[in-house]
Amino acid sequence: MPIVTPFIDLTAVAPEIVLSVFACLLLFASVCMKNHGAAANTWLAITGVIVAGWYAFCPVTAHSAFTGMYEADKFAQIFKIIILLGTGLTILISSKYSEDEKINHGEYYALLLFATVGMLLMVASSDMITLFLGLELLSICLYVLAGYTRTRAESNEAALKYFLLGGFAAGFLLYGMAMIYGSTGHTDLAGIGKAVSHGAFNKMYLTVGAIMLLVGLGFKLAAVPFHQWTPDVYQGSPIPITAFMSAGPKAAVLAALIRVYEGSVSYMHVDWLAWLGVLAVMTMTVGNVAALVQNDVKRMLAFSSISHAGYAMVGLAAANKQGIASVIIYMLVYTLMNIAAFGVLALVARKNEQRTKMQDFAGFAYSNPFLAIAMTILAFSLAGIPPMAGFMAKFYVFMSAMQAGLYWLVVAAVINSAIGIYYYLRFTVSMYMREPEEKLPPVTASPALLIAIVVSLIGVLVIGVVPADYLDMAGRAILSF
Amino acid sequence: MELLIFYGLGLLALFAAAAMIMVRQPVTSALLLILNMFCLSGLYAMLGAHLIAILQLLVYAGAIMVLVLFVIMLLNLREKKGIVSKHQIALQTAGVAVFGVFMAVIAARLHTSQLPNPKAVTASFGTVGAVGRVLFTDYILPFEIASILLLAAIVGAVILAKSKV
Repeated sequence: MPIVTPFIDLTAVAPEIVLSVFACLLLFASVCMKNHGAAANTWLAITGVIVAGWYAFCPVTAHSAFTGMYEADKFAQIFKIIILLGTGLTILISSKYSEDEKINHGEYYALLLFATVGMLLMVASSDMITLFLGLELLSICLYVLAGYTRTRAESNEAALKYFLLGGFAAGFLLYGMAMIYGSTGHTDLAGIGKAVSHGAFNKMYLTVGAIMLLVGLGFKLAAVPFHQWTPDVYQGSPIPITAFMSAGPKAAVLAALIRVYEGSVSYMHVDWLAWLGVLAVMTMTVGNVAALVQNDVKRMLAFSSISHAGYAMVGLAAANKQGIASVIIYMLVYTLMNIAAFGVLALVARKNEQRTKMQDFAGFAYSNPFLAIAMTILAFSLAGIPPMAGFMAKFYVFMSAMQAGLYWLVVAAVINSAIGIYYYLRFTVSMYMREPEEKLPPVTASPALLIAIVVSLIGVLVIGVVPADYLDMAGRAILSF
Repeated sequence: MELLIFYGLGLLALFAAAAMIMVRQPVTSALLLILNMFCLSGLYAMLGAHLIAILQLLVYAGAIMVLVLFVIMLLNLREKKGIVSKHQIALQTAGVAVFGVFMAVIAARLHTSQLPNPKAVTASFGTVGAVGRVLFTDYILPFEIASILLLAAIVGAVILAKSKV
């Protein structure tokens, strides 16, 4: 019997291929150069991300590739750019940290790139099999990266907790997918959508499957009540990895949620969106209230990242075109501001992450004026104060919920942003108005970290002041979807 | 007859899985896991997925379990006294019971509902040829992702386990 090979559309997966090749190059390089090429690793990884970004930027005409498993459209493209931006910034803030902690191996960056490949596949997958494999590729890399500083007990704890709970959540996800397949007879999202709209499905199986899928994805998004792992894992992981986990994977999961719940499953007459709204309120509230009482800045940022996922879910619950566009803008802005804030934290924390408490930021404005101003702008943006981009992002999300008529959701979200302002300001006050308890030599930022911070600041201010272009871009992205 | 074998294998698999996490002896636990894998492989064979059934036996019950037993023997684990308090055990039992009732309710509801259009499998279903054919045509992308996934997992395992990197 002759085998007809299908058309293999390599250009559609060019960013993924580039990143995989660079990850393998990093693995080879660390064997060949032993300890001499430590600094080169950072720049090799950055080059990989830039080349992949160049391919991701190439204009796409929406089409599906690999017999309907992979969707190359503008929606995937814009999420790919956000994710690659997150990875690039993470690599930049990693360079000095990994040198100090002696983890600047090629493998560290290779795993970061592999995790990114997983995320890129997730946002573009139009089949549950590719979605699951992308998510697992991301998860396995994150489990290892969380425990990468092996001498710190917290890091080991983070890796183990994340691995055990993550494995459990993956079970839910896979079982949910099996249920959906059983109900509709399809694994591809288009097929599921068609089966559901024609009524050729079993409602009970599909409902149970969709709920289990939501549990599995909600776990990765750290949405309440599936967030139990988040504080410990975020606090225990190396700081750059915490930054990485809080931005890119959330964007990837949100993209997957949009594809599944606003696409295929939406035809069935269950109000998924109201449930997403309830999850959003819980996520925002728990994240913010818990962040309020933290004295450790790293843990505070961990809780606040839970609440930011909640804000993004408000746009998801709105479920109109503007809602999806606002989720895209939100993730773009959040990636920019959050990773840079973690970068400054990594610098203040010094060796072995001993100084991550609120009081360790005391007097930072006098020892490092530029970094303190940068951190203040980032904190204001995270709190959502104009004219920073964080404000515009929140504004668009809330607007979309207003248009969808979800007033209760908007009220809850606005109250939550007010709470958020308190803890972000509290920490800024500490930088400017408190005396440090002990005199320490000022920290110096590496060039790579400075590049990351400057890029973020420019992004935060430009999107905050002239957001129209970016909103346009997000709007165009969802038209093809 | 077929139903009888199915229930027999299914119950045995459940029993092995439950016993595996309850026994204290690591070697007994590993052997129970083999029993579980064996039953699963039987279930696959009943569903007509012969290749998967054979692979399950070769890879899991064969290769991986030998490795697990080797590790247990090399580590020379001894039986540990329980460190969990009665209070904790009560809580855990309650948690499992609630979850079990919840799953039973769902299962009961699912049992009464009909699937829309179950299709009969073709004669070549589950054979090496049929699986290989779709693996290298329709499922080429997942196949390649799986290879990257395995590479990342190997690198990760080496990183976490090596004494000095």
